[in-house]
Amino acid sequence: MEVKAPKIKSMRHEDFKDNEYIDQLVAELNAGGVNVVVGKLDQLLNWSRSNSLWPFCFGTSCCAIEFMCLGAARYDMARFGAEVARNSPRQADYIMCQGTITYRMAPVLKRLYEQMAEPKYVIACGACTISGGPFKNSYCVVKGIDEIIPVDVYLPGCPPRPEAMFYALMQLQRKIKVTKFFGGANRKEKPMRYVPEEK
Amino acid sequence: MADLQSRISALCEQAQIDNSGEFLLVTVDDAHWHEFARKLKEQLHFDYLTALVGVDWKDSLGVVYYLTNSDTHEIIHIKVATTNRDCPMLHSVSDIWAVANFQEREVFDFYGIIFINHPDMRRFFLRNDWVGHPLRKDYDDNPELNPVRLEDEVNEDDSCRWEEDPETGKVTKVDTKVFEDDEYVINVGPQHPSTHGVMRYRVSLDGEIVKKVDVVSGYIHRGIEKMCESLMYPQTLLYTERMDYMAAHINRHCLCMCIEKALGIEVPRRAELIRLMMDELMRISSHLLSYGCLTMDQGATTAFFYGFRERELIYDIFDRTCGARMSMSYATIGGVVADVHPDFIKDVRNACDVIEKNLKEYHQLFTGNVIARNRMIGVGLLSREQALDYAITGPSGRASGVNCDVRKTNPYSLYEEFDFEEVTRTEGDSMARYLVRMDEIVQSIKILRQACEKLEAIEGNEFCAKVPKMIKLPAGHWYQQVEASRGAFGVYLESDGDPKPFQKPYRMHFQSPCFNLIGIVDLTCRDNMIADLITITASIDFVIPDIDR
Repeated sequence: MEVKAPKIKSMRHEDFKDNEYIDQLVAELNAGGVNVVVGKLDQLLNWSRSNSLWPFCFGTSCCAIEFMCLGAARYDMARFGAEVARNSPRQADYIMCQGTITYRMAPVLKRLYEQMAEPKYVIACGACTISGGPFKNSYCVVKGIDEIIPVDVYLPGCPPRPEAMFYALMQLQRKIKVTKFFGGANRKEKPMRYVPEEK
Repeated sequence: MADLQSRISALCEQAQIDNSGEFLLVTVDDAHWHEFARKLKEQLHFDYLTALVGVDWKDSLGVVYYLTNSDTHEIIHIKVATTNRDCPMLHSVSDIWAVANFQEREVFDFYGIIFINHPDMRRFFLRNDWVGHPLRKDYDDNPELNPVRLEDEVNEDDSCRWEEDPETGKVTKVDTKVFEDDEYVINVGPQHPSTHGVMRYRVSLDGEIVKKVDVVSGYIHRGIEKMCESLMYPQTLLYTERMDYMAAHINRHCLCMCIEKALGIEVPRRAELIRLMMDELMRISSHLLSYGCLTMDQGATTAFFYGFRERELIYDIFDRTCGARMSMSYATIGGVVADVHPDFIKDVRNACDVIEKNLKEYHQLFTGNVIARNRMIGVGLLSREQALDYAITGPSGRASGVNCDVRKTNPYSLYEEFDFEEVTRTEGDSMARYLVRMDEIVQSIKILRQACEKLEAIEGNEFCAKVPKMIKLPAGHWYQQVEASRGAFGVYLESDGDPKPFQKPYRMHFQSPCFNLIGIVDLTCRDNMIADLITITASIDFVIPDIDR
């Protein structure tokens, strides 16, 4: 069967940016050939997974307040099935890392990420998590969380508006929708920009 | 001032007094400092340590103490320095003003100044294995010395105290323990939903009763003060908004006022009024968030949504005028960045009406609720003396009966023209802190309504004074205080009068209200239940990036 580009309700494929990445994933899947039974099972699984993404409450600074607005009545994250913010990494599907990660916090973030169950995803929310943002020149701020953990979606802004957070959430949903779980996962260990030295 | 000067010189003969600046400056040497400090508190009633700023003057390291008399609200500042750079030592005043305990630890962390007789001389913000003291001018910022360490930090139970022999004056190091071996210590945070950020407490328990709380801070320490030293003045403004993001306008207003004071710029009345209105809107927004978090921490999730519903109204006003919901970057040196949106006054009036109406609903929902009353009344008591000792300001201080509203005590901006009341209560428990916030929303609405009328009456649309493109300050230091949503926020600014075109601040220190608030967690939670730790900290209401900076 043929795998198609992921669909998000009320949004066209062209409405999104960075489609090359998704198109490439689709092409990879199709090149290998997808079994109809397994493919349908994958679609079912991806559909359910992408619509019940449980975030992990991981807010260190300003972005966390916008994330709270996202959960409140006006923006209402529940429309995406993502309102069940979990306080334990073991119950969550993705980390939306909101706020600066400092040297002292870095081992904590790494550990929390490792405690999450597979499949797990990371959204780097805000300028600080992408590159250090306004604190890039600081002596104790990590220059982007991708030095520590692999990132799926980068969400710029200082802090990003709630609408932007939804966009990031939808991008993550699209990514999940073209993932193959049965019959050999195409979801390999993600590359890291930085590998810490063994002691 | 002359009277005060003579009284101070009577206390300590060695003190050099300089009255040329905005506040009286007293310079003493370290040998006489502790005795002098005690007399200042006991005889001249300087019972409130407003700020404690470590500074590196290259040839010497030292501390500037800002003291306030809580009755007359007079401010003086005292300079104490040491020329020994290898092993700098000063006498601790943490036995005189309890708030100095954490602040001296911060100075130790930043400058390596050891405070003699301080009970717990550990680092405060940085990891225990950090190399060097970052705010020193000779700090080696080689990333190889301090790489991103991904191994977990070792819990350090060891602390130390530097004791001075009163007769010989010899200083010796005494090892102490934070927790005894047989104590039952549990860990709360840094990743915990109810610590309101990345704060960590190590709590010693006896059954369910809290015996001691050890605050471990610095999980969001971003080194703002050091970064400010390598930026020009207008560039430093953005960091103020990212410390206490729930008082973004107010903090930025404070730094702007401090720089304007140093430059001698007069801000147009209209600009000052707009800034003031933004401050009050921010205060309402902050108190609503505090309401939402406090209720949610006690399990009242519905009330959280109510708080956030009204905050969106305020966010809309910010969005239309400043172009952003948070981190607005609106105030600037000399005024504001742009004129207000044409509908600004209409929006503010509407928001005032809606919030005023809905406040009644909040009280119906939560204040009278039996669970809320049982969990907050008589819990987390803080007396007036303790509040002064720990320099607690803002709603938490006023709930203990301290008149600490900077808008009233040392009026800034246009607050003198406004008719509003300073909300104080005397109970000093969690409920009082919560109710002070709710009543302050009413007062802020009152200020905003008056401000709307005043803004309408002003002709013209001048929103910014003429400011030189290259901002150069003369040599000197300035201190400016404002009433942020969580207490008195202060900026200490020191300039070396560098004649080069791109002048940078020599030292910029932000005295954040939340830093003092964290000092009372141990005090208020002791002998309470572990579950009340969450309610008490929620009612004290701190923002972690404001503590860590």
